[in-house]
Amino acid sequence: MISSRTSATAGARVISRAIPRSNVVRFSTTSSHRVFNACQPAAGSSRKLLKNLESPLRVRGFATTSEPLDFPARKPHFDKILIANRGEIACRVIRTAKRLGIRTVAVYSEVDADSLHVKMADEAFCIGPAQSSESYLRIDKIIEVCHRSGAQAVHPGYGFLSENANFAEQLDKEGITFIGPPASAITSMGSKSESKTIMTNAGVPCIPGYHGTNQDPEHLLSEAQKIGFPVLIKAVHGGGGKGMRTVHSPSSFLDALESAQREALKGFGNATVLVEKFIERPRHVEVQVFADSAGNTVSLWERDCSVQRRNQKIIEEAPAPGLSSELRTDLGAKAAAAAKAVNYVGAGTVEFIFDIDTDMFFFMEMNTRLQVEHPVTEMITGLDLVEWQLEVAAGNSLPLSQSEIPMVGHAFEARIYAENPRNDFLPDSGRLLHLAAPTPTHVFAPPAAAASRYVAPAIRVEQGFGAGAQIGVFYDPMIAKLVVHGADRTEALRTLRAALEEYQVVGVTTNIPFLRALASHPAFIAARVETGFIPKYRDQLLPPLTEPPPELLAQAALFLILRDLQQQLPSTPGAGATTTPWTRLAARRFGGDVHTRTFSLETEAGSTASLTILTHPRPAANGGGLIYDITVQQSTNTTSTGATTEFRDVSATLLSPTVLSATLAGALKRATIVPQTQVHGAAGAERLHIFSGAHAVTVLLRPPAWAAAEEALSADARSVAGRGALRAPMPSLVVEVRVAVGERVEKGQVVVVLESMKTETVLRAPVDGIVKAVGCAKGEMVEEGKELVGIEENEENQGSGN
Amino acid sequence: MYYSQVLLRQPGLWTCLSKRLPPLTVHRTRSYHAASILPSLVSPSSPDFQARAKAMDQVVADLDEKLAAAREGGGTKAAERMRSKGKKLPRERLALLLDPHSPFLELSPLAAHEVYPGEFLPGAGIITGIGRISGRECVVVVNDATVKGGSYYPLTVKKHLRAQEIAREHGLPCVYVVESGGAALPHQANVFPDKEHFGRIFYNMAQMSALGIPQIAIVHGISVAGGAYVPAMADENIIVREQGRIFLAGPPLVKAATGEDVDEETLGGGLMHSSESGVTDHLARDDEHAIAIARGIVSDLGYAGGREVAPSVVPEDPLYSAAELHGIVGTDLRQQFDIREVIARVVDGSRFREFKKEYGQTIVTGFAHVHGFPVGIIANNGILFSPSALKATHFIQLCSQRQIPLLFLVNVTGYMVGSKAEKGGIAKDGAKMVRAVACVDVPKLTVIVGGSFGAGNYGMAGRAYSPRFLWMWPNAKVSVMGSGQLSQVMQSVSRDPSQHASLKAEIEAQSSSLFATARLWDDGIIKPTETRDVVGLGLALAARQRGCTRLSHPSGLSGVTWDGEGRGFGVYRM
Repeated sequence: MISSRTSATAGARVISRAIPRSNVVRFSTTSSHRVFNACQPAAGSSRKLLKNLESPLRVRGFATTSEPLDFPARKPHFDKILIANRGEIACRVIRTAKRLGIRTVAVYSEVDADSLHVKMADEAFCIGPAQSSESYLRIDKIIEVCHRSGAQAVHPGYGFLSENANFAEQLDKEGITFIGPPASAITSMGSKSESKTIMTNAGVPCIPGYHGTNQDPEHLLSEAQKIGFPVLIKAVHGGGGKGMRTVHSPSSFLDALESAQREALKGFGNATVLVEKFIERPRHVEVQVFADSAGNTVSLWERDCSVQRRNQKIIEEAPAPGLSSELRTDLGAKAAAAAKAVNYVGAGTVEFIFDIDTDMFFFMEMNTRLQVEHPVTEMITGLDLVEWQLEVAAGNSLPLSQSEIPMVGHAFEARIYAENPRNDFLPDSGRLLHLAAPTPTHVFAPPAAAASRYVAPAIRVEQGFGAGAQIGVFYDPMIAKLVVHGADRTEALRTLRAALEEYQVVGVTTNIPFLRALASHPAFIAARVETGFIPKYRDQLLPPLTEPPPELLAQAALFLILRDLQQQLPSTPGAGATTTPWTRLAARRFGGDVHTRTFSLETEAGSTASLTILTHPRPAANGGGLIYDITVQQSTNTTSTGATTEFRDVSATLLSPTVLSATLAGALKRATIVPQTQVHGAAGAERLHIFSGAHAVTVLLRPPAWAAAEEALSADARSVAGRGALRAPMPSLVVEVRVAVGERVEKGQVVVVLESMKTETVLRAPVDGIVKAVGCAKGEMVEEGKELVGIEENEENQGSGN
Repeated sequence: MYYSQVLLRQPGLWTCLSKRLPPLTVHRTRSYHAASILPSLVSPSSPDFQARAKAMDQVVADLDEKLAAAREGGGTKAAERMRSKGKKLPRERLALLLDPHSPFLELSPLAAHEVYPGEFLPGAGIITGIGRISGRECVVVVNDATVKGGSYYPLTVKKHLRAQEIAREHGLPCVYVVESGGAALPHQANVFPDKEHFGRIFYNMAQMSALGIPQIAIVHGISVAGGAYVPAMADENIIVREQGRIFLAGPPLVKAATGEDVDEETLGGGLMHSSESGVTDHLARDDEHAIAIARGIVSDLGYAGGREVAPSVVPEDPLYSAAELHGIVGTDLRQQFDIREVIARVVDGSRFREFKKEYGQTIVTGFAHVHGFPVGIIANNGILFSPSALKATHFIQLCSQRQIPLLFLVNVTGYMVGSKAEKGGIAKDGAKMVRAVACVDVPKLTVIVGGSFGAGNYGMAGRAYSPRFLWMWPNAKVSVMGSGQLSQVMQSVSRDPSQHASLKAEIEAQSSSLFATARLWDDGIIKPTETRDVVGLGLALAARQRGCTRLSHPSGLSGVTWDGEGRGFGVYRM
């Protein structure tokens, strides 16, 4: 990925030198196809270069010279911009900036010092500790860095300060350009009720509902009855599903209202709610709009983001399937009208709720930023939206008019999250031990002009982290975005499935298997998308864990054997070849003994497998080396004696430290196996993450019984006070320490508050006793398993407890 | 490589430095001329070859079958009994003790085979061999409690002592995996009193300890009476709690002797010995834990464990297939074959620099490498005549001077008889060879690939001549003379013809490799195809650097007498 990016950047530099100034001037003076054609030979050499360069804007520039684009008036881009964000979006912005020759400034928090965005940027400044409120949300520090670095503009990315009107205003005051809409537009769209009023006035359909200020419960109930049940209660300042309730009958309305208000007050400091018509089978369809300061507004077509979990998107596509062209035009026009109504400038997304049963759509909200899922729009239009943002922010007109905006093929984006779909999609956190993404075909969207007749399958991987990065402790648990493009929905979906199969992440639980199930689900393939898709098909999307096939277990055992063998044998044939036969005659037994090894593996599904591997030499006539006879005995929880599978005369090699090639039952199989040792595990315990074909399975290599027992003992010994020890359940930030040494605590009393994965975790005293040690301090970042507080149990309790 | 190249360009420097250089760093490239590559003249498609191959295949298959049976130990019932107590089987203990994927050179796996009438005693109830533990070669002695409770029969003692002898000769640390009821009482007369009986085990342990050869014991089960002294005599030991038991007399005997009523665990359990008596040093949770501790001990042996020495040249496979040895040698000892065909399938690159090729042609002598280690080979190509004996004697002196280990490839019917030979002084010349073999101060390895008869057995480093190892092929035979000749001799001295046939059959049976290996006349029967690797392992052991400088004195190894020689007492258990 890095190399392709570098070449694209290098290409951009070549181009800027290769195109003579006169050529540009000629563009500006030509206004007809004929003249353009006449000058084509002269531009031929640079065109060839342009083909290699994934620059949709420039390519488009050729095709659209017929339009009266005002080239002489074109304002130059910024020389240097600051990216007030992190992760993949910061990287994404930096890539476009580099391609355009714009210098980039990154900001980072203390824990992000080794991040990819820091490495990619030309300059980087640390702006504070891990917590967002102390770093990425610190307007003053970001402005200070702008001044120090000389950045002329700030790209906010998404999240953090991207929709903070105050930030936009502050930047304006300092003479720094905010790459986004005017503060007024952010404010207008930030309030749900205000935005709806504006939309209704602008003729944009809004969902029937009460958006008034009268918050009297009885009044709200009567309004709800007017709208007709089912209705939705929503916090005016809410988002992300918080402060939101669906009510199916008047009888449950008041209770639901009370709890929604309470949540809203807690979450957003404002209990004001609105009541809306609830749509039973909705789709989430949103329109990408772009506006310039000259008042031009275009729609870059819509995206369907219906399939969501926890009210958050995980898979998006463009265009929305099953929309008629009239409907699409109407949607686009309404979205553009919505943007115009708030004098919008830059990239924005108008979200609509689309009623499957009636084909009606209603305005939901407008996001005044570049969205996470913008790449699907880029893929079908062949454009670079960040480039457009910069263009507009520099004060230039939109590069294309509505009629020129292409729509080619179909695109999907799947978000790779550190989360556990089997645990209600709760975020996971940890270090990325291993990360292997499918090979991207493109860094930016392939130009639409090239794809007008044939759409080649394309894959983009928008990654913000490399192996070794910590995910999900302080920030969003999104690891990457996988973006694919194909001739049509079916093609794109096939590419997506294949690419997801290649995606390997070890260290955190991910939603990759879930995304694969989703992309393979018949209803999804049939484009029967709706916001209730996941709850509706949950059982099929999350089938019970199946036992890994014996081949997979055999591969795990072979990996363990070959890894040990490789450590024992000289690695290079030349240097270490003069080793004694005691080293070289690996696994050989003379005099009747047979070399056997036994492994005990535990699977995720909870079953255990015992593998016995006989190792013997293959006759020299057949090539020598070692061959293995593997017996796999699987026993599940339900059946005490499980199936026994045998693989005879297996040959295997390690192609790399993690890639195993083995001939099992006559089939040559390749697997990537990533070992992971436990932080506080028993000697010999190890997790093996196996990726083989369509399988992605984790097995636990069981430690010997004695090692497990010893570990339990030493864990006790390590702790200050045995049972009374409190450990960090995950890498986290200490928010509060509520006890001091010598203090008496009761069982269940809150002792420490931690924050991880944007969630607070409260640790309570496990026993009655006295605090003997405090091993953490407020604001400290603690590793998983660290002992935070030691409590000595009361003696009288100990007696009865034992 | 680079190092040696520099040195080779300055020959003077080389000679003066080479003595001080550890052999590890010297990687010479082979300096042989291509002409030293042995040709192979066999034709594997010929009927003769095929017939011989078939016969050898048969005896090898028979060997495999017997080895597989012996591997099972005392059978499934006994194995289940051990398992039900949470114990690992002896071979499982062995596998856990050895480094994963390391080789194991087992000794005399068919010991006691059909020796004790009516008693099945696979491997004589003990597994011995040389294997790697924590990267270090050790002698391992494992009591097989599935066989007669691991009790010591006369051949069990002999096998145990032989393993200790190998450990002592090579300076190899010993690990005893103990679970034994001690001497088999019905056989006590042949187990207890003599010099090479039970007591010698502890004598050896004490002396090896004094010689700086570590002695380690793991007590997995009962270790009673004489057996109690194995852990007690060890330098460092481990006991498995609620499983291992050490006492001089068990509860019944204690009751009888003193009237004390005591259970086994109180009398000699792991916790008691580890916390009170100090008889044991480490208390383990289970078999696997005990073995893990033992592996840790071996990794901490320091210089006392000795260390391996890398071969001086890069090993090369032979040019010809070892599988062809079957068709070359066959099982009929009367059929002659060229021993060079065997050498060509054992030595590196099939390269052999022959010495005195045209002289005394019934013996073949020359230099080669096996698995990179230099070796002087003495191999038979017929009856030994005076010139053959003189040639062998000359060659032994060369090897002695050059400190190159000797490999004897034995297929000898004996020294020539008859008036001509006697007049030529065959007795005198044969004696020269025997004397040279007896006194040469380099390690000797013997592989009997065919017959080893009469005085030829002596001249070709038979068991009595203390080769470091002696292995037999399954087709091999050892006896005072060939059974045919023997029965002829018998006919001439005895007039009862009925005895002749039975005597011939008896001699025939007693000369077989199986008969020999059952009685510990060798260190095991090896397959012809394994010869190269087994010899390579043996040469690697012979090349090892000893852990203790005190051992460099040759008399420290011979052990003709033991008068202390200022070596102290080894490690006392305190």
